[in-house]
Amino acid sequence: MTDAPSAPNSRTPAPPQGDPDDAIMSSMPVAQGGTPKIAVRDLHKAFGAKQVLRGVDLDVADGESVVVIGGSGTGKSVLLKCILGILTPDRGSIKIDGVEVVGMRHRDREAIAAKFGMLFQGGALFDSLPVWENVAFGLIQAKRMPRRQAREAAIENLAAVGLGPEVADLSPAELSGGMQKRVSLARAIATRPEIIFFDEPTTGLDPIMSDVINDLIVACVHELGATALSITHDMASARKIAHRIAMLHQGRIVWAGPVADIDASGNPYVDQFIHGRAEGPIQMQVRRD
Amino acid sequence: MNVVAQIGSVFLAFLEAAGRLSLFALNAVSHIVRPPWYPRLILRQLVDIGYYSLPVVALTTLFSGMVLALQSYTGFARFSAESAVANVVVLSMTRELAPVLAGLMVAGRIGASMAAEIGTMRVTEQIDALTTLSTNPMKYLVAPRILAGITMLPVLVFVGDIIGVLGGYLVSVYKLGFNPDNYVRQTLEFVEFNDVFSGLVKAAAFGFIVTLMGCYHGYNSRGGAQGVGVATTNAVVSAAILILVTNYIITELFFAR
Repeated sequence: MTDAPSAPNSRTPAPPQGDPDDAIMSSMPVAQGGTPKIAVRDLHKAFGAKQVLRGVDLDVADGESVVVIGGSGTGKSVLLKCILGILTPDRGSIKIDGVEVVGMRHRDREAIAAKFGMLFQGGALFDSLPVWENVAFGLIQAKRMPRRQAREAAIENLAAVGLGPEVADLSPAELSGGMQKRVSLARAIATRPEIIFFDEPTTGLDPIMSDVINDLIVACVHELGATALSITHDMASARKIAHRIAMLHQGRIVWAGPVADIDASGNPYVDQFIHGRAEGPIQMQVRRD
Repeated sequence: MNVVAQIGSVFLAFLEAAGRLSLFALNAVSHIVRPPWYPRLILRQLVDIGYYSLPVVALTTLFSGMVLALQSYTGFARFSAESAVANVVVLSMTRELAPVLAGLMVAGRIGASMAAEIGTMRVTEQIDALTTLSTNPMKYLVAPRILAGITMLPVLVFVGDIIGVLGGYLVSVYKLGFNPDNYVRQTLEFVEFNDVFSGLVKAAAFGFIVTLMGCYHGYNSRGGAQGVGVATTNAVVSAAILILVTNYIITELFFAR
């Protein structure tokens, strides 16, 4: 993997004592160099009266691994789903390899989606299909690979995440949480995607299994030479898999920078989050609006 | 809020829901006629809806035919018109009872199961996963189910027609003492193509309704297990109501003078 380009405003100055939005607005994480693999500009998304994304700007360079951190309900998953095309943003731009995808026709969108792999928070394995068919799903449906060949490819991908061929014919319900995550990772990498998204990859796992999954993510992304965009609130995971970290708060990126800089960010939102303090500028939302 | 505003608000909400359902239905139908198709999934749904619903439809229509013969005999005996039992049974079964009862039974069995399955897929992000795997969920999940519903309900109803008439025959011949040959002859002479055909058209419409409602409510379910439960209930209730309304409309179209 290439070294992460640094963001021009990677160190956000300490916010003024007044309106916290001033601090939020002052940060814009932008990768330098050529055309970013993913370029998000001024992204807005609301659900009814609830404004979730309020102008997100984010670049992810080719081969870079960016992790978006933030508390629950800050819009991390919504951001990911907008990029994936699962949700349609209200306003703003998303470019993949320089191609605008917001408002794109469904057929063209499918071609873009062929570049993606995704590991869902809960695994999202199809419980009506055996493990091997889950892993080979993209190969069979999107790439029209013959089933026999797809099964062999699935077993190879299972091996890549440390699972033996004996799990191939099991149902996802027969697997532990950690094994389901591995199968989901195998499915995410099976089509050799250019961009892989990870949604809370370690949620619900014990610390050891979390580390195993983190190692697998790093290894798989490295082997594929893929670009990775992850969301998590697990700082150990973020430190391990990221080149660059961006923090999302109240629908905006409030800080972005290389992973090595996060402990000295000087940003009160980041400091409160990474140290897990109840006191600070972030007021936790206790219920969904 | 005054009463007029409340009524207006309910009416607008109804229009919005109707519009959303119509768009969903149009989208689903467009995916039925456009490739790619998924033959394995279509076959699985055909078997699930057709083969596995057969026992419940057969039992329902068998006993309905038997009860119909018994009741109509009791009623017609009051004015010496017992000979009309065969006519009443075949007409009622083919035109009304077989399609409506099969539709309602399949709504309970298949509509609920579809809403629960697709609803669970929605809340566990499996539908989102389909999208990320370059697979259109409408084409993969909804179109095969609706196609199978439209295809298999007429088959079930045709079988239900035969079994219902058989039920009437069994009661009429073995309990009420009708002549078997006369009963069969009377049934065959009285039934017309339009009687059976109208029932099969109704069945296709009911198959569409049941699968559409199951898919629609499952696809739009929200909020975890409770949301899936609500979707399942809504799928069955809305399908049952629409079946009864559609039954009247199709009857009007076929038989109104």
